[in-house]
Amino acid sequence: MLEIFIFATLNGLVTGLLLFMLASGLTLIFSMMGVLNFAHASFYMLGAYFAYSVSLYFGFWMGLIFAPLIVGVLGAVVERYGLRRVHQSGHVAELVFTFGLAFLIEEAVQFFWGPDTKNYQAPDILDFPLFTLFGQEFSAYRGFMIGISLSIFITLYHILTRSRIGIIIQAAITHPNTVANLGHNVPLIFMGVFGVGTALAGLAGVIAGPVLTTFPGMSIALGSIVFVIVVIGGLGSLAGAFIASLLIGLLQSYAIASDVGMPELLNLLGLEFERSHPLNDLWTLNLPRIAPILPFLLLVLVLIFRPTGLLGKREE
Amino acid sequence: MKKTKIPIFINGLLITLIASFGINTSAQEPVRIAFMDPLSGAFAAIGTSGLKQLQFAADYFYNSKGGILDGRMIEIVPLDNKQSPTETQIQFRRAVSEELRIIFQGNSSAVANTLNQTINRHNRRNPGQEVLQINYSAVDPILTEENCSFWHFRFDAHAAMKLNVLTDYIAMEESIKSMYIIGQDYSFGQAVSDISISLLAKKRPDIEIVGNEFHPIGQVKDFTPYVTKIVSSGADAVITGNFGADMVSLAKSIIDSGLDIPIYTFYAAYDGITATLGADGKNKIHLIHNETSNPIPTERRKDYIRAYKAANPNRDVTQPRLVNALQMIVQAMEQTQSTDPYDIALALEDMRFTTLSDEEIWMRGDDHQIFQSLHISVQTDEGIEFDADNSGFGLFSKFHVPAEETIIETSCQMRRPRR
Repeated sequence: MLEIFIFATLNGLVTGLLLFMLASGLTLIFSMMGVLNFAHASFYMLGAYFAYSVSLYFGFWMGLIFAPLIVGVLGAVVERYGLRRVHQSGHVAELVFTFGLAFLIEEAVQFFWGPDTKNYQAPDILDFPLFTLFGQEFSAYRGFMIGISLSIFITLYHILTRSRIGIIIQAAITHPNTVANLGHNVPLIFMGVFGVGTALAGLAGVIAGPVLTTFPGMSIALGSIVFVIVVIGGLGSLAGAFIASLLIGLLQSYAIASDVGMPELLNLLGLEFERSHPLNDLWTLNLPRIAPILPFLLLVLVLIFRPTGLLGKREE
Repeated sequence: MKKTKIPIFINGLLITLIASFGINTSAQEPVRIAFMDPLSGAFAAIGTSGLKQLQFAADYFYNSKGGILDGRMIEIVPLDNKQSPTETQIQFRRAVSEELRIIFQGNSSAVANTLNQTINRHNRRNPGQEVLQINYSAVDPILTEENCSFWHFRFDAHAAMKLNVLTDYIAMEESIKSMYIIGQDYSFGQAVSDISISLLAKKRPDIEIVGNEFHPIGQVKDFTPYVTKIVSSGADAVITGNFGADMVSLAKSIIDSGLDIPIYTFYAAYDGITATLGADGKNKIHLIHNETSNPIPTERRKDYIRAYKAANPNRDVTQPRLVNALQMIVQAMEQTQSTDPYDIALALEDMRFTTLSDEEIWMRGDDHQIFQSLHISVQTDEGIEFDADNSGFGLFSKFHVPAEETIIETSCQMRRPRR
């Protein structure tokens, strides 16, 4: 029992922190520009594919450095020459723009890299079990994933709350006109934030690609869940995104590890149904079976009982 | 006067020219066959791979040799159903309006079931305009059992046939004392689980089923939490019917966890999967399938694979049953000198056909299910003449069951249309 609990926690941490890397960029971009970037997960996929291509020639570590940079520059270009123009037509236009961009990127990835699963592997140097507990191995690469994600969170938090740039960014979120009047280039700040946000998504793709497999559907698999996190955490709240990411990562992991469900509940109530009962599917439902859709259930609950999200502030 | 005569003469010439072209084109009108599978979106890899194989087979066997039915070419028309039942209905409408009367479809039993029902309804309401469903890969047994149809032919062994062979093989592995079953939560995944459990209970009652898990199809990002459970259950082997990304991720997680147990699968090879699993999957990944990948029994099939590799260096012949299906349909057309689905269907019933591997396969008339030898292969780099994904690794067949022994009873009560 204990071993399952420990490993479920570790697995939840890995997933949660990975999700946070995506969600942090998304929530930053949202709080700054008021745009829900539907193409965010597509940048995550681009990160994995760029890293795969780079790693073919220069190895994994070069991919780790350069792929997020390429994705970040690409994101900045999208903001500068795409979003900024569309911005004049209002938020709906921006939303539709990013929505279209997501499709475009997915098709482009299939066009250039093909629809097959890519053989993108973790570096050999991290190909050993970090520790073995109760006969289960925890791979060094997963430890590395946790390390990278945590350091990103700490760095980001420090920059935003302690550094001068962070202060300007925070000011630009709430009082863009005042910041502009003080002589700061607000559009440049926006572009920078968009670039960094997409670069973070790219980085998430780089480190997730070898574990979660690199294929054209990888953005769809993660895209929806990232929105769920941003909404649950409270739109625009970095700390909220962090909590929500861990919450969802752990929730899924524990749900899969648990072996309880309707049969146990019915047992407790002293009820029993025949296998031929028309609602047999319902009576045999258990938690592991619905684990991947639990976040969406949580989303509905949060929207009903706390529409602002866990740490969201929505005045007016 | 002179001036008017020439145009008339030219006109006449033109008319005869056009008329003769008209006759020519109608004689040379291609035989058009639809290929309906996911060609975009998350499942595109397997769909496009199948399309390429079918097109190549048509060109290799027929179009490059003057066509079929006295000079008609075969044209494969791709229809992208995105592996969604809704999109399948839309694409079916398109097929009907373009007068495509033969539809190849293979991916997802849910889609195959939808198409089956749609075609039955269409054929009942439009006599003389019938459409034929050529199922080359959807293996839910129901398609040739309760829902069997005169207009549906399956060219792959269904899940119960494959699992019958697979459990025979597992029963011989003395070291396996416990089994973990994990699969996608839909008709095929559940069929795999139910059939495996009942067959293992008969053949090896001492094997304990230590896990029977379902997960939503295409929703799981990380399989590690599931694998944690497999490890702690102490299972000696895993059975899964997963395909596509769900298959790669699951196998990768199992291997990454350091678990050294055999994984018995249906679809864990090719289209990037073999390359991704590589050396880590050696001797672990087992596959149940028809047509061996290594060794290839005949020169004819070797030539075919080499020709395909020459034309598509980054692809493999992953589904030889597509070739068998096309060849049998063409034979049916040649026999009846017709491209009408009704005539083809009648000719296909109880057809015995010798494949490129010199094996006689049989299309049972009762339920339109193909019977051919089944093989269990393992992923390895030893003895591999034809590898997968150019990775050096491929499938080596180590257990063979002849066609006669794969035959199982059917409950099909087929309703045959009258003409």
